[in-house]
Amino acid sequence: MIQSDLTVILPEIVLALFAMGALLGAVYTGKDRLASLILWITAAVMIAVAAWIGLTGSGTNVAFNGMFHDDAFARFAKVAILLSAAVVLIMSEDYMARRDLLRFEYPILVALAAVGMMMMVSAGDLIALYMGLELQSLALYVVASLRRDNAKSTEAGLKYFVLGALSSGLLLYGASLTYGYAGTTLFSGIIATATEGQVSLGLLFGLVFLTAGLAFKVSAVPFHMWTPDVYEGAPTPITAFFATAPKIAAMALFARVMHDAFGGAVGDWQQIIALLSVLSMFLGAVAAIGQTNIKRLMAYSSIAHMGYALMGLAAGTAFGVQAMLVYMAIYVTMNLGTFAFILTMEKEGQPVTDIAALNLYSKREPGKALAMLVLLFSLAGVPPLLGFFGKLYVLRAAYEAGLAWLAVAGVLASVIGAFYYLRIVYYMYFGEDREGLDGGGSALLNGILMASAIIMLVGIVNFFGIEGAAEAAAITLVN
Amino acid sequence: MTVFAFAFYLFALGTIAGGLFTVVSRNPVHSVLWLILAFLSSAGFFVLLGAEFVAMLLIIVYVGAVAVLFLFVVMMLDVDFAALKAEMAKYLPLALLIGVVLLMQFAVAFGAWEANAAAEAQRAAVTPVDRHNTEALGMLLYDQYFLIFQLAGLILLVAMIGAIVLTLRHRSDIKRQDVLAQIYRDPAKAMELKDVKPGQGL
Amino acid sequence: METMILFAPLLGALIAGFGWRLIGDRGAMWVSTGLLFLSCIFSWIVFLTFDGTTETISILRWIESGSLSTDWAIRLDRLTAIMLIVITTVSALVHLYSFGYMAHDENFRENESYRPRFFAYLSFFTFAMLMLVTADNLVQMFFGWEGVGLASYLLIGFYYRKPSANAAAIKAFVVNRVGDFGFALGIFAIFFLTDSINFDDIFAAAPELAETQLTFLWTSWNAAELVAFLLFIGAMGKSAQLFLHTWLPDAMEGPTPVSALIHAATMVTAGVFLVCRMSPIMEFAPNAMTFVTFLGAATAFFAATVGLVQNDIKRVIAYSTCSQLGYMFVAAGVGVYSVAMFHLFTHAFFKAMLFLGAGSVIHGMHHEQDMRNYGGLRKKLPYTFYAMLIGTLAITGVGIPLTGWIGFAGFASKDAVIESAYAGTAGGFAFWSLVIAALFTSFYSWRLMFLTFWGSPRGDKHTHDHAHESPMTMLVPLGVLALGAVFAGAIWYSSFFGKTNEVVKFFGGTYGEPTQELVEQVAERSPKASELHYVMESAPGEAAIYIRPENTILHEAHYVPTWVKLSPFVAMVIGFVVAVWFYILNPAMPGRLAENQRPLYLFLLNKWYFDEIYDAIFVQPAKALGRLLWRRGDGDVIDGSINGVAMGIIPFFTRLAGRAQSGYIFTYAFTMVIGIVVLITWMTLAGGAN
Repeated sequence: MIQSDLTVILPEIVLALFAMGALLGAVYTGKDRLASLILWITAAVMIAVAAWIGLTGSGTNVAFNGMFHDDAFARFAKVAILLSAAVVLIMSEDYMARRDLLRFEYPILVALAAVGMMMMVSAGDLIALYMGLELQSLALYVVASLRRDNAKSTEAGLKYFVLGALSSGLLLYGASLTYGYAGTTLFSGIIATATEGQVSLGLLFGLVFLTAGLAFKVSAVPFHMWTPDVYEGAPTPITAFFATAPKIAAMALFARVMHDAFGGAVGDWQQIIALLSVLSMFLGAVAAIGQTNIKRLMAYSSIAHMGYALMGLAAGTAFGVQAMLVYMAIYVTMNLGTFAFILTMEKEGQPVTDIAALNLYSKREPGKALAMLVLLFSLAGVPPLLGFFGKLYVLRAAYEAGLAWLAVAGVLASVIGAFYYLRIVYYMYFGEDREGLDGGGSALLNGILMASAIIMLVGIVNFFGIEGAAEAAAITLVN
Repeated sequence: MTVFAFAFYLFALGTIAGGLFTVVSRNPVHSVLWLILAFLSSAGFFVLLGAEFVAMLLIIVYVGAVAVLFLFVVMMLDVDFAALKAEMAKYLPLALLIGVVLLMQFAVAFGAWEANAAAEAQRAAVTPVDRHNTEALGMLLYDQYFLIFQLAGLILLVAMIGAIVLTLRHRSDIKRQDVLAQIYRDPAKAMELKDVKPGQGL
Repeated sequence: METMILFAPLLGALIAGFGWRLIGDRGAMWVSTGLLFLSCIFSWIVFLTFDGTTETISILRWIESGSLSTDWAIRLDRLTAIMLIVITTVSALVHLYSFGYMAHDENFRENESYRPRFFAYLSFFTFAMLMLVTADNLVQMFFGWEGVGLASYLLIGFYYRKPSANAAAIKAFVVNRVGDFGFALGIFAIFFLTDSINFDDIFAAAPELAETQLTFLWTSWNAAELVAFLLFIGAMGKSAQLFLHTWLPDAMEGPTPVSALIHAATMVTAGVFLVCRMSPIMEFAPNAMTFVTFLGAATAFFAATVGLVQNDIKRVIAYSTCSQLGYMFVAAGVGVYSVAMFHLFTHAFFKAMLFLGAGSVIHGMHHEQDMRNYGGLRKKLPYTFYAMLIGTLAITGVGIPLTGWIGFAGFASKDAVIESAYAGTAGGFAFWSLVIAALFTSFYSWRLMFLTFWGSPRGDKHTHDHAHESPMTMLVPLGVLALGAVFAGAIWYSSFFGKTNEVVKFFGGTYGEPTQELVEQVAERSPKASELHYVMESAPGEAAIYIRPENTILHEAHYVPTWVKLSPFVAMVIGFVVAVWFYILNPAMPGRLAENQRPLYLFLLNKWYFDEIYDAIFVQPAKALGRLLWRRGDGDVIDGSINGVAMGIIPFFTRLAGRAQSGYIFTYAFTMVIGIVVLITWMTLAGGAN
């Protein structure tokens, strides 16, 4: 039994063993001098594992008495997680090295966080869920305060930690209530007891607390408060990481819990998630208007985007999950490009995050400004770009599930949200002339920016085929 | 009232009172002591449940290590808890109101509590009758929950890495202990005897 | 070849419109004109070799949507063949004429290229018009219908620097929309009733429609009547019939070749064509037909009266056009479609020639259009004078009375219309208004001639000194059209207005013996016409036009009383004599008459005050409503609420969100707790019930 279980979980084992091996190797040899090398190797390993999972995985394999599910849904999320984490690592190398933040533990922590995320999306049991979540979160708490000499970074890490602990408490309380009702922590057991119309108030409370814990991880309103502070305080590459891989993992976990454990009571959680969705969309759109720091702005942007992804989930249908997955994939691609741009924002070697510094950026760097324009339009959901089709997808899912009011609210929120994206475009193209940013930026970052922008333009042809994968993933989850 | 019931209510009272006073007491040291009471009472519950191994673990780990660490931290940190509390006091009425609302709702939920009919049959970790619970715990941890156990290990590893990353500093401007140099130094060179004449100095 | 006829003008339009930078001004003009002449030659070949059988030439699959399925196809029958030669001939000649007329235009700056654009519009118009007449179904026809409307709009407003031209273009467009609305409703009604827009299906279903009742505007209607009526509303707009006529005189703001092509010979006759094309439905809608007759007669009379007093040379001809269109509708309305087409056919020649002649005068007189400033131009513009004279003889209907066909083109067709009107209405309102209109027509046509070519030069002396004959490119078209104006009536008289069997054969139908009962009925109605030998036997849609066996007006028209046959000739002579008296013998007379009958004169001069009434009833209220919606509705309500939301409410929430983000952990934790309490409370209230 243990043999077959280990085979199923092999990718996670490989990544964890790699992380531990790299840790030991680095500690006993070059330490931080090897950081750069380890970073590249880690990225390579993650890409390799992603390819391995994506190309060879097939069917649905259950291991450890149902605690671990390896299915199309998990594989879709894992590939997205590993690829985005690898890209973030590659993007961060130059920035971290120049600010003396490139510790050899950094890639190792990211790798361990990735292991945690992989556990999350494959979880088939409340305890496994919690373990994966904590493994991920703990690594994130640490990297958030990696710039330990900086008050903001430390504060960010601490706030994230304390609030994360609170959310874990909520999650565990919800898990306890669920266990008390169902007598088991296995999703397969819970779904057998939680069927529509028979959900008792106690289980409902458990569901609410579980949802709250998960909502914290996807930074859905009102459990979002940590997001702007942490995004602002953490070093920018870490912020880029926060905005991408953990969001996919948390969103996928959310979907898995809701459908695998509570799939029989869609009507009960649908309203909670719809409420979270609409609050997130509006708060993200409205609060971002007041921001001058581009990292804080991206924090609110990600809150709003999570609202849209939750809309897909709120639909409670296979198409909704498919829409959510497609939306997340598009969101992550856009964010990688945008953060690659933010990483190049420097003045005299120092990172700049003030939006006003972008004044008339188009005059100095027309190519990058154009790429950024495409990305911002895509984030705002302007029609010919990929971001629009992502939104259209989730809106359609919500509408087809009978949540027309939610779709209308989504459209309204996206209109409000367009304002702050377009304001950046305005600064770049029509702002008043001021002391500008340094030109250039590394070829790597510019390349990622350009690639992301081009994907936004070209992807509308067939979404690079991820639709089919997302559909297969959604069908295995919802049946 | 049986002895079992009496003990249950005693421990329950201890746990709740401990939790409450941990939060409300003015002196942080007192808070930690109340916390220890809460831990001990919880350990009592485990004993009542027949899980004496877990009860002992709770006392050794939480009371013996964690709470004592807390005590040291609280005593060593110079935090003006009074100022923080004053800030929080502003929100106290609202917080109380919300607390009461929440409590009432829980009362409603737990008043009508009923487990699912299938819950009993679904329980995975039933108290074993033929072996003592340390052994049973081991069977669960190393067999059924092997994956979880390993993951917990990974979490602890991350915690350790994190603690080191965030606190370990290599400062060049301070003197360090060089153990090897200490071991291999020549005692003869380490000490020199001088014959100091009275009244002359060195 | 038919496809070539249709697409050559489009090709010309595209080359001239988009390619003129490559091939130059002259290149663009030659290409478009050359292609049109090609199209014209082919059209004549088709017309002369056509045997009358309806053919359908499919070009491409066009619309497939539910039960709506139609091809883009050419329906070639006699009606189409007639229209093909009318359109392509006049258009080709107008293209040629425009070489001279548009050579120098002070409305455009030096070195400004406007001619390729003009030729492209002309060619595009021709294409759209051909698409209209070759249509195989109503939607294709509607596309052509709107295409000519667009071209008309563009060409009326061709002098876009003139505010009056722009206003006229907009007026033409808007007034046509009213008619098009009726046309579109008619198409919808037909599709609703027959589930098809193809002519073959519609015509086959026509007898059924006569039996069907339809509720529309809270009233029950006979389906055929309703459809016929709605389609006629469309025809009214395009053909400038009374109440929707106001745009046509203003359309004279366009260059004169445009007036000749679009607003005399072709586009305005689209309404007549539509009524004839839909004859299988019209035949089953007697009430709608009565309305057509009445409105046509009223228009003929109204426009003729207004034409009496106009001073602008082009406006006189424009009202004359309006009036002649009324004639055609009367003929169609009494059920003699062939005669309507006959008049359309001859009218195209002489009216285009009159316009081109007027253009030649205007050209020679340096764009002076007021006839009061002409006079004595006979010597200066000899060729133009002779052309105009032929045109006037044609329009007034000069010929040998009682022979029927020996005379100018207008003589044959106009007399045919009037005789049909007498037969169709038993000498009623339509007949008398047409006769009186004929008198007026004669008067104002000769008035135009006398004011322009006779008498002594009036107006600016300098202009008169420099008045010159037009170049050959302008005179050749006049000559060609003159041939048509002289001979078209005589040659095709029997085809259009001969014996029933001849006409039916010409239009591709089959004829047969009438029933005894019908012969008796006819004999009872008009004893002279008792020798009824043939009636049309084809089913609706088989031939180009459809005449019910019961409809014997065509036959009866030949046997009207002699005084009826003489009446148009007499009216023409009276008009001519009065004109001679007023403008040659006693030139002071018109002024005195205008003084004595001042209210009547002003009434006519101001075109029965139609424009003023419409302005008060429709235009001003519409503008007021527009202002209200703009200022109050759009400005205050929509902009106001959006601005309020965008600048008031959202920033308020933004500040609120900013304040909530205090930076203290306990605030954050508190927010989370509040969130969970809200969710829990909601669940207790909403979910706890079940």
